[in-house]
Amino acid sequence: MVGITSFEAYIPAYRLSRDEISRAWGTRSMGGERAVAKYDEDSLTMAVAATLGCMKRGQQTADGLFFASTTSPYKEKQAATIMAAAADLPREARTADFTDSLRAATIAMNSAADAVKSGTADNIIVAASDCRMGGGKGQFEQLFGEGAAALAIGKENVIASIEGSHSVFSELLDMWRLEGDRFTHAWEERFIITEGYLKTMQQVISKVMGKYQLRPKDFSKVVYYAPDRRSHSSLARGLGFDLQAQIQDPLFDSIGNTGTAALPVMLVAALDEAKPGDLILVANYGDGAEALLLKVTENIKGFDRNQKMTEYLGRKIPISYERYLDWRDLVPLQEFARPESRPPSITCLWRESKSVLAFYGTKCKACGTPQYPPQRVCASCQSKDQFEEYKFSHRKGEIFTYTLDYLTSNKESPAVVGMVDFEGGGRVMCEVTECEPSEIKVGMAVEMCFRKLGQKGGIQNYFWKARPVP
Amino acid sequence: MGTIRDKVAIIGMGCTKFGELWEKSVDDLITDATYEACEDAGIELKDIQAAWLGTVFSGHTALSLSSPLKLNYIPVTRVENMCATGTEALRGAAYAVASGACDIALAVGVEKLKDTGGAGVPPANVLGRSTMGTTGTELELSPPAMFANLAVRYFHRYELAPDVGKMLLAEIAVKNHHHGSLNPKAHYQNELTVEQVLKAPIVAPPLGVLDCCGISDGAAAAIVTRASLARNFRNDPIYIKSLAVSVGPSRDPISQGFDFTHIEENVRAAEMAYAEAGIKDPRKALSVAEVHDCFTIHEMLVYEDLGWSKRGRAAEDIEAGTFTLRGELPVNTDGGLKCFGHPLGASGLRMQYEVYLQLQEKAGPRQVKDPRLGLTHNLGGAVWGGISCISITGNELSKR
Repeated sequence: MVGITSFEAYIPAYRLSRDEISRAWGTRSMGGERAVAKYDEDSLTMAVAATLGCMKRGQQTADGLFFASTTSPYKEKQAATIMAAAADLPREARTADFTDSLRAATIAMNSAADAVKSGTADNIIVAASDCRMGGGKGQFEQLFGEGAAALAIGKENVIASIEGSHSVFSELLDMWRLEGDRFTHAWEERFIITEGYLKTMQQVISKVMGKYQLRPKDFSKVVYYAPDRRSHSSLARGLGFDLQAQIQDPLFDSIGNTGTAALPVMLVAALDEAKPGDLILVANYGDGAEALLLKVTENIKGFDRNQKMTEYLGRKIPISYERYLDWRDLVPLQEFARPESRPPSITCLWRESKSVLAFYGTKCKACGTPQYPPQRVCASCQSKDQFEEYKFSHRKGEIFTYTLDYLTSNKESPAVVGMVDFEGGGRVMCEVTECEPSEIKVGMAVEMCFRKLGQKGGIQNYFWKARPVP
Repeated sequence: MGTIRDKVAIIGMGCTKFGELWEKSVDDLITDATYEACEDAGIELKDIQAAWLGTVFSGHTALSLSSPLKLNYIPVTRVENMCATGTEALRGAAYAVASGACDIALAVGVEKLKDTGGAGVPPANVLGRSTMGTTGTELELSPPAMFANLAVRYFHRYELAPDVGKMLLAEIAVKNHHHGSLNPKAHYQNELTVEQVLKAPIVAPPLGVLDCCGISDGAAAAIVTRASLARNFRNDPIYIKSLAVSVGPSRDPISQGFDFTHIEENVRAAEMAYAEAGIKDPRKALSVAEVHDCFTIHEMLVYEDLGWSKRGRAAEDIEAGTFTLRGELPVNTDGGLKCFGHPLGASGLRMQYEVYLQLQEKAGPRQVKDPRLGLTHNLGGAVWGGISCISITGNELSKR
């Protein structure tokens, strides 16, 4: 049996209300709010958060990591390798980026399932994540949201087996970005929805139901992508599903359209509530369509569902539209008049990749003191080269002291920086993200998260920061 | 272990005015300070047999000293120990004459920070690391933000309400500005009120702009010789009693031992310095002290680290006026870094210059009574991995 063995979503904590956007522009508000990745997040960091959550919830590792996104930080360079290094996957893990199509997540899931079926892999994590942008004043700026979800595809302890699938491609330029475009373009809405989205989705869903002789009422849950709320309900009505009882909330009001992550995020929300024996219809759209039939197994009972998606959605920090503009570099700003630090050396990053990306330190075998970064001579007992590797990324800590740096070159001032004392020993001074300056306190509980440091020296650098334990 | 006590004398010193010296180059500052020191010692530049230059950002190699002064093929060394650089240059020159390798040596400290077009010094993230390549993941923290960590923890540990703690820090700034107002060589010669300090824009809570020292240009120089030769040059030479430097292992930011309410390097340097100088009760023995008031919180910690105030109780001495000009132990009588600004390489020697004047009773309106021994103190590097430098000098040879 091949299917989903673990799942987790990651929704950034920040929310931009659509009324706030309409306040800025004097345009009509769609209502509700959209999730916004902080300026130190991108598709890759959100996918890492979802991947680590997926591994933790499923108490598993993976021998493959597929990244699905239309907003990979690199145009030439795989993102999945950075993610695999951050998630500390074994070196033999297969990595791939599935990019450019809004349907990339289900394409990746099918490829993962094929690999597992063929026996070349045991458990592959598919992490989908997107940070698409719509131009100012436009409807996409309100509609789009940012988020990620990770689904592990394997054959041991399957929670939801993949019972069948069907795919079609369709060549229709409905939405696109060319090289260098920051904002998504779209062709005339009525044409792309009626001729593109609705027809293609109806076709693939009817086909998969016919193939497996299923009727609408056979499904406990129907989870499918839609560009927006209206086309989402049109499709449900067209196919004869009960909108209230069967259809998974597409989360437009609370998160927005998260692109490649939209369907996987919805699926995580559906699985959070699923019972053994549930039959779930999953359909995705983008350059064609894909339908999957999932059957929930008894294993769902033992699966950790302590922190559900819905609780994630409860942790939110409202932001102003101006703050969003700043985070996305949408307005030219006054240059910062303080001395610049040097760009990173790629050689140094390579040499220290295990400590930088997977956040490994060392633990002294002589005196037992954990320390970060890795040392040759112990900070406590001065033993030389008596160390074992010691990972800090998953450890919780507490703020021993802190500082608010108003002279920071960070996007937002003051920078919130804390001295984190880890449970079990070791300390690190690092940025505290997702923490407003007034919130930090001595003794505050924090955990570590993988974040973007910004572009310097023509590369995208990543590192770990602390954040308050939600 | 040997000692440098009473082996070396300072026979001449020079110090430029500190400030935004737009019209002066690094070479001008070196030249002005050195010639003033030579004139004070009654020697000529050609009498100097070896020289040390201390600078962090304003020069590279000993050529930065030999070229402007046209030193003729003598041994010259450039030293760098961040904020403790000036004292480090003096240490080099003093040890050279103490060893007998030469009779007269020069120490110059210089820094010109106002030509960069930006405020402040480069971020402290690369301290102690190669500047030729880093991962770019090092934390960038401005100097005031680094020191604010100490204030946050100190206030927490000793249960000082934020407004009470901030008031104590303000008193230190007000004191140093009062001293600076009496000093024509200071960058800032204005008096401050507590209210001004409290209302100044915040740069790293609880530190506001007026809790921070300025950034300025300046240079200072000292001529040293063996103590036995000193009286050939002048009647009032100043004798070096100790030169201590303690460099931390930087274990504080990685292991949980460091309490962030003191600087261990300061404590260790003070222990070394007092032992070398034969001082048992520093608060009584010292007539004057110039300490590293880069940020007011550090001066407050120094009172405790150097053994003048009891742990956690510097507040009592601040309130009692212990460290004011007419107090029990006047601290930063020239205005300190607060009024001079902090041209990194120059500061240690600028502090020495004030102690030198005080011990010779030439400090004018800032003169302390009955001076015997004076101390200078610098902290370089980070608060959790520092370089603490202390000098103690006196105006008499010890009776043995």
